[in-house]
Amino acid sequence: MRACFLVLFVVALLAATASAVAAPSPSDLEAELVCPTCKTTLDQSDAPIARKMKQVIRTRLSEGATEKQIKAELVAQFGPGVIAEPPKSGFDLLAWLVPLAILAGGALGVGAIAWGWRRRRRDEAPAEPLDPALERRLDAELERYDA
Amino acid sequence: MTGGGQGSLQRVAQVIALVGVAALLGLLIWRVAFKDNTGAADELAAGKLVDAPAFTLDRLDRGGQLALDDLKGKAVVVNFWASWCIPCRDEAPVLQKTYERYRDRGLVVLGVDVNDFKADARRFMKRYGITYPVAYDGKGSTVGKWGVRGFPETFFVDRTGTLVGERIEGAVDIERNRETFERGIALALADAP
Repeated sequence: MRACFLVLFVVALLAATASAVAAPSPSDLEAELVCPTCKTTLDQSDAPIARKMKQVIRTRLSEGATEKQIKAELVAQFGPGVIAEPPKSGFDLLAWLVPLAILAGGALGVGAIAWGWRRRRRDEAPAEPLDPALERRLDAELERYDA
Repeated sequence: MTGGGQGSLQRVAQVIALVGVAALLGLLIWRVAFKDNTGAADELAAGKLVDAPAFTLDRLDRGGQLALDDLKGKAVVVNFWASWCIPCRDEAPVLQKTYERYRDRGLVVLGVDVNDFKADARRFMKRYGITYPVAYDGKGSTVGKWGVRGFPETFFVDRTGTLVGERIEGAVDIERNRETFERGIALALADAP
């Protein structure tokens, strides 16, 4: 019985995931596509062509078109610049790699500095002992202070 | 790590940071000072003699492609428009009449439909009875080269392929810019020197 429930749960989960992939919401797509005249994403644009594109997205989604199909249709009309994310190929690949390289370089730099500090603290000479006369005087002062 | 090692690490980090800042500064200076980002419209406004920027685009009025170079020897009124642009509706009949009136004298009105859906553009052309050639530039690849700032915008090209007259920003309008429009047509039609 428990195995039966588990199988049903997994099937329901897969179905939900599949439907989520096949039918994105209009607002998801509007955030991933760019208005060709004002160069902002559709969800932030009220330009006439952006309004028209939003209308086309809603119509195509209601017709059962997938996200991939809708994007391909819009790229065919307005070119690849209509996709907000830079392509992951050619020169545009740099837009993805450079931030990662900077992040990795920064992490390495911070690690190297932290390692250096740790080494320096370890290598530092221990503090010299106080002069016995000075130590006695300090103890006396502290005792008087406590009293 | 020794004090000397730590110091050299710091120096390397400082040099890397300085090189990074210098590179960004250099990029900024190059972009501002040296990159030519002016369109033909700005050069025309500055009184320079400018060749009309070439383009080859798909045609909307029929199949195939249209290259501006193919129209050399003719005077061309290049009109940038889009079906979603409201003033474009007002000027469409004026441009169509101009085409009909001057066609026999060697003038072509050439529409360039920019950032638009092809189906919408064709509906617009049918609605306003446009019979002059129309090229489709969905990506807006002509906008930067020509220096188009908005829609509609109209330029005049003479028979040698040089921009003449003044460009018209906004709709061609009998009251507002008819004189500029007619002067542009006259200059475009004038025989080459």
